[in-house]
Amino acid sequence: MAKSRSLKKTSSKDVKLSSVMSAVGDDEDDLSIDEQAISASEDEEGNDDERKHKKLLEAISAMGGRKRKKQNERSEASVEVSEFFVNAEGTGDKVNLSDLLKTMDNSSAASSNTKKQLKNLQNTKQTLELPLNKQQAEKIQRAIAYEKTAKEVSSWDDIIKQNRKAEQIVFPLKHEPSGPKRVEEVVARWKFQTPLEQEIFSVLHRNRQPTNDPVLTPAEDASLKAMSLEEAKIRRAELQKARVLQSYFEAKAKREKAIKSKTYHKFKKKDSRKCFVKDFEEMVKTNPEEALDELKKIELARMKERMSLKHQNSGKWAKSKAIMAKYDDSARKAMQEQLQMNKDLTRKIAVPSDDEHENIEDASETVPDFANDPEPVTDAVNPWMRGQLTHEKPKVSRVTTEDVQTAQEENENEEEELLGEFEKKRKLWQADEEDLIPTEEESKREEPASEVVEEDVLDKEEDVVSDEEAEDISEFSSLFRLMSSKKTIQKKKGPSQTQEGLNAPRRDDEEELLNEGEIRVRNLEDLEVLDEVVEPQPIRKQSLPETAVEKDTSEPPNKKKREISLQEVLTKEATVVKVPFLPTVVEEEEHGEQISLIKEAFAGDDVISDFIKDKKKQEADAMPKEVDLTLPGWGDWGGVGLQPSHKKRKRFTIKPTPPPPRQDRKLPDVIIPEKRSVLTASHQVIQLPFFFENVEQFESTIRTPIGQTWNTPSVVRKLTKPKVITKLGTIIEPIVKEDFIHKTTTPAGERPEITLGGNECSGDPELSSKKPLRRSRKRKNNTN
Amino acid sequence: MKVKVLSRNPDDYVRETTRDIQRVPRNYDPTLHPFEVAREYTRALNATKLEKVFAKPFVAALDGHRDGISCITKHNKSLSTVLSGACDGEVKVWNLPKRQCLRTVQAHEGFVRGICSRFCGTSFFTIGDDKTIKQWNMEAPEYGVREEPLNMILGKTVFTGIDHNQRQATFATCGQSVDIWDEQRSSPIRSFSWGADSFSCVRFNPVETDLLASCASDRSIVLYDTRESAPLRKVVMRLRSNTLCWNPMEAYYFTCANEDYNLYTYDMRYLDLPVIVHKDHVSAVLDVDYSPTGQEFVSASFDRTIRIFPKDKGHSREVYHTKRMQHVICVRWSADSKYVLSGSDEMNIRLWKANASEKLGLLSQREKNAATYKKKLMEKYQQHPQVKRIARHRHLPRDIMKQRRKLWEMTEAQRRKQRNVRKHSKPGSVPLLSEKEKKVAAVVE
Repeated sequence: MAKSRSLKKTSSKDVKLSSVMSAVGDDEDDLSIDEQAISASEDEEGNDDERKHKKLLEAISAMGGRKRKKQNERSEASVEVSEFFVNAEGTGDKVNLSDLLKTMDNSSAASSNTKKQLKNLQNTKQTLELPLNKQQAEKIQRAIAYEKTAKEVSSWDDIIKQNRKAEQIVFPLKHEPSGPKRVEEVVARWKFQTPLEQEIFSVLHRNRQPTNDPVLTPAEDASLKAMSLEEAKIRRAELQKARVLQSYFEAKAKREKAIKSKTYHKFKKKDSRKCFVKDFEEMVKTNPEEALDELKKIELARMKERMSLKHQNSGKWAKSKAIMAKYDDSARKAMQEQLQMNKDLTRKIAVPSDDEHENIEDASETVPDFANDPEPVTDAVNPWMRGQLTHEKPKVSRVTTEDVQTAQEENENEEEELLGEFEKKRKLWQADEEDLIPTEEESKREEPASEVVEEDVLDKEEDVVSDEEAEDISEFSSLFRLMSSKKTIQKKKGPSQTQEGLNAPRRDDEEELLNEGEIRVRNLEDLEVLDEVVEPQPIRKQSLPETAVEKDTSEPPNKKKREISLQEVLTKEATVVKVPFLPTVVEEEEHGEQISLIKEAFAGDDVISDFIKDKKKQEADAMPKEVDLTLPGWGDWGGVGLQPSHKKRKRFTIKPTPPPPRQDRKLPDVIIPEKRSVLTASHQVIQLPFFFENVEQFESTIRTPIGQTWNTPSVVRKLTKPKVITKLGTIIEPIVKEDFIHKTTTPAGERPEITLGGNECSGDPELSSKKPLRRSRKRKNNTN
Repeated sequence: MKVKVLSRNPDDYVRETTRDIQRVPRNYDPTLHPFEVAREYTRALNATKLEKVFAKPFVAALDGHRDGISCITKHNKSLSTVLSGACDGEVKVWNLPKRQCLRTVQAHEGFVRGICSRFCGTSFFTIGDDKTIKQWNMEAPEYGVREEPLNMILGKTVFTGIDHNQRQATFATCGQSVDIWDEQRSSPIRSFSWGADSFSCVRFNPVETDLLASCASDRSIVLYDTRESAPLRKVVMRLRSNTLCWNPMEAYYFTCANEDYNLYTYDMRYLDLPVIVHKDHVSAVLDVDYSPTGQEFVSASFDRTIRIFPKDKGHSREVYHTKRMQHVICVRWSADSKYVLSGSDEMNIRLWKANASEKLGLLSQREKNAATYKKKLMEKYQQHPQVKRIARHRHLPRDIMKQRRKLWEMTEAQRRKQRNVRKHSKPGSVPLLSEKEKKVAAVVE
């Protein structure tokens, strides 16, 4: 019974549910229909009020009819009526999910998928777990939040490490970039005040010159983008090279310009003219059009020359020369030269035109002498003509004066010679330059080159060297000559001791430099003898290695040698001090004088020998002594006048272990006391300070001086760089995230910055940032 | 004829101005300048001595308060302005260069517990024992106009600390709970409480501006994030922390001033152990503030001294005290990192130099160079006993010395006791704890 009853109930419920649902669905439709009805009736008529009223009542009754009916049904269906429940039917019975979902099976609206899911749900008998208690939930929340913030904060790791390692930090951290700003940036903040400024602004505006952030115009931007980094690098390298070459050429030109010798310039000019003619001929062959242009230029120059009074012997100088010409050959020659110049310049040039006739006529019209001149002839086809003409030329000139002719001949000879000489000189300069910037190749090449130069110079020396030349040659070359001359002298004298070294090639010479110290030791002994016999000789001997050192770029052999010599000096008597130390030849004499002076002043006290004695004594003191433990009388006869036997004594003396080698054993002029002195002990570091691994490390930090007595200003600046620099009177703001960490990992980073005066509510961004988090947490809880 | 003449570039030997010294060409040949180590050592020693001679850190005392100073804050935009609150409810605005009080406001009844200025420097907030938060205009009202707060919030409980966000219009207070307030609202937008019933200090992180930390009376330090609804984590120590301060240059480090005479620097990511324990005070540390460069911090103590610690050193590099200075309640480092301000019980605010022997004012380039050279020399020879001895020497009042000796004896006794206990118990049962480990009681998630 009960079962059937419950079934009934459920069925009735189903009906109810469906009816309710349908009612809910239908109501809206009904309403819309009614409204239509009302509106229709209104349209049809509007006169009879009674009918209208009736219809309205009917409509209202029709509207509420069903509902009332339903209520009636409900009331009928209910078995028990309670004052608390509207419908007390089925009280005490459980409502199953299946009851609720039965309608789903009937209605086609629900998809089969959902139906399946629902069925599955119906079948499962698992119950949901209890939610976590509040404390635990909060703990999880906190843990997640903490991890998140810790991760976020860790993005500072790199910056903090970097700042800690940095040699120098300048506060405030965000300083404006030093140096000049772009004009546009400055202008951006500035506003016009005067009409003129306004005008300028309007012009700028018209041209769409951006004043603000993208400072570059679109075209400029595009051009910037066009070139890649590598291309830019290559281009930069090219430009650099070009610039360097240019500077080389400039320097060369400057040097040549600085040559004051008039003769040089004269001959150079001539040379260049010759060159030009040669080129011109080439050009006629290869590029006649350009040659024509050149010709026109020459023609123009000729016209100018003809118009002017230059080279006409009418100037002040020419007049004065004219007076002198009577007595002075050179003046006459000069005047002649000038006239010749005028002639050369005003000479008509044969234009390579198809009309030969004209050409000849022109030539005949103008002075025939000039036409015969070989240089401007452009007819490349007929070399014979040209050759003849050149041959004729001196004849023509001979017509004027004999002197001029001879002079020219001489000149030509001289020209060749002098040019050659200048070439040599230039070579010398080049060598000089190469010395300044020695590359690997050059350094290899240096020795033979210098030898060649030497020879040249030697040749020159044998010739009569004019003062002018001596001036032109650089100091280096003169020095060189000096040195080589010394060599020659020595060669002539041929001292037996150093002959081997001199005859050997230069390489050996250098090696000898390294071995020099040992030779010197021997020499010094000899020197004492030599000193008395020949005075200048030691000096010359000294000069030889020293000059060699000068040639050599590397210092060390020199230093070493000096050290050794010092030692010698100290172990010998004071008289040896006469040997000069300093490298230059000139200074040597002065130094010698000084030394002799000092010697004179301290004639009485022999400081050096005292020092040596003192050192020896110290050394002796420092040596541990033998301990004699022999007891006279033990196993032996004892008594006054009886000594223990030698054998016994030997047996009972304890030989000490030799002490570690003295620190000053290789320093002849220094005494380093081995005993720990009480006075200095208080200033010495006893323990190795923390973070130093060994003593050497610590000592090396102490050993390098940082003061400006020992270092150049830039080095001092670098060494004494303070770790932290603050600017006076500037507020140091805390580090700002946006300046250092650019990637925005969290939504917090996207938050708009709050303006200074603004009282913005910070709630919204917070909420937005929190929403996803909450969701995720919920999800997490559910899964748990 | 060519005449050869010596010619030199005048730039090499002519001084730029008549005030400059004559330029002397130098020869850096090391043989001409022997004994470099010995000479530099002498210079270093002299520099150290001179540094001690010129060490006069005390600059000025600002007097005018009629009760002990309870809090100090810096103006965020002006170096010369400082605000202070006293125990009688008075707030004073000071001008440091003139050493004058510009303005006096009777802000609260009872103590002014906390004061902080807004990030833009236009107004400041005070809290007091009368359970109110008041916002005041930074500029004084016109003559004859009464001092009125811009804004006033009446709270339910007493507030004990306040701090303003570095970049947003929010501020945090602490009392029975840590509240985050929006400037425009009269009720907190967020309220955190986690076990403890009262908090003594709350500080925003100046770098990660959403983070904040507070010291609670249950010996804990609690971290919060304003974006979260719950606190992040807390670390419970052996004794209570009075205040804490975040490093303004290193986002995750903060230092707390503890009742156990020490300061502890924590990395907020690893709270189970402090990074460094800073020892030297002989009484409870009451306040701590970082230098704006983040390299050092200053602490104020009940033992009537203030000390300056390098952030990564266990001991202080400087200690300041005067006969008249009593318990130092609050201390702040000026925003240009040159000065330190301390407010103490005996109603005075004292201005100290951060580097005791530093010369004040503009320096010429040569002076600067000399100073940097001296500093570097002292650094180079700091390990040498004489230099070390002089550089380290500080005069301390007898009380503090006594206290120090006593403390030393106490710690020695404890150590001895521990050692004995360990010796007479099962091996491994009494673990050997480091000083850092001893101080952290628990980390609560």
